[in-house]
Amino acid sequence: MKRNYYPGCTLKTKAAQLDANARAAAEALGVTLEELPEWQCCGAVYPLARDEIASKLSAVRALEAARQNGGELITLCSACHHVLKRVNDDMANDPDINLRANNYSAFATRYSGETKVVHYLEMLRDTIGFDEIAKRVKKPLNGKKVAAYYGCMLLRPSDVMDFDRPDNPQIMENLIRALGGEPVPFSKRSQCCGGYTTLGNKKLAQDMTEAVLGVAKTDGAELVITACPLCLYNLNTNATETQLPIVYFTEVLADALDVRQDADAALALAGRECACTE
Amino acid sequence: MHGIKDAQAEVERISGINAAKCMRCGKCSASCPAFESMDVHPHKVVSMVADNDYEGLVNCETLWRCLSCFTCVERCPRDVQPANIIEAVRLLQIREAGENHMPPGEVPDMLDDELPQQAIVAAMRKYNK
Repeated sequence: MKRNYYPGCTLKTKAAQLDANARAAAEALGVTLEELPEWQCCGAVYPLARDEIASKLSAVRALEAARQNGGELITLCSACHHVLKRVNDDMANDPDINLRANNYSAFATRYSGETKVVHYLEMLRDTIGFDEIAKRVKKPLNGKKVAAYYGCMLLRPSDVMDFDRPDNPQIMENLIRALGGEPVPFSKRSQCCGGYTTLGNKKLAQDMTEAVLGVAKTDGAELVITACPLCLYNLNTNATETQLPIVYFTEVLADALDVRQDADAALALAGRECACTE
Repeated sequence: MHGIKDAQAEVERISGINAAKCMRCGKCSASCPAFESMDVHPHKVVSMVADNDYEGLVNCETLWRCLSCFTCVERCPRDVQPANIIEAVRLLQIREAGENHMPPGEVPDMLDDELPQQAIVAAMRKYNK
């Protein structure tokens, strides 16, 4: 089957491994991810202010493009997923934002949130199924203790994100089980890593990251997986004492399915449709 | 001092939230992962907006410590959405100052080889006018 796919900016460069392994694993599971043509940056953070419209329009354009082509849009980066899902909710449920965005965009047909925004993990759970994934595993994790770090953006606010239980999510733990690993559901797996504050306030990012990663280590994790490039960066560079290997969940998935893409292949794939690589 | 005419109404207009809904239980502050770094804690920001004490929020550090992780929004029993109120106060001040909290010219010195683009875009969105 084919699905529309929104990779986002970071997955074209720094997070090429997140992208390349997601595509390879999806293919191995029978899903071809077709990149939306001419998608634009989602803006990375959902604009909370009700008087901001322009900063939501790139998300609206992507959502409208997906409506024209099957009606489902697969996301992967946590930030992109958060922005697209919440802007879609605005378009469906906020008449003021709907009116202004449609007036500005002037689509042939008014857009009112018809597209279904689906995170890659939700696709694994709901479309493919963890039981089916377990059957396709060629290189199981052999009981390795893997901690899933969710961060903020996939889970909250849960009334809009509707992703998993906000304080006790299970989706990545179930994926780890399907791949033959032992999940480590540590208590701070949905606590903020410090996000973009690593730019303006390194100390705060270090304190927040260490608070998260320290608990993962104490609880016995040998490996940490995440879906977010900024979470991965913070966990990798801003933990002041704790050291653990941090990888994208798609790397572990692709590895278990024996379709792992190496770093060069990932970058080549990322550059495939990027005009700015020269 | 600040030159905003009716800050309370502006915060309500931008956030879409009436801060007077708050029953001052403090759950937002108890849940906040950046609590220790803040000078004015989330429940206090909400109550200062509700009490029309905007002056006390001018230049407070909390505006740059809240990361919109939405833990407070998730847990608030009255749906006050403290993160959205903090965002509205932050935006009011950025817009009034007419300049960025993080000047673009300073960004190149903050970069390293591993930093994802997502971080730069997010920070510019949060700190921009």
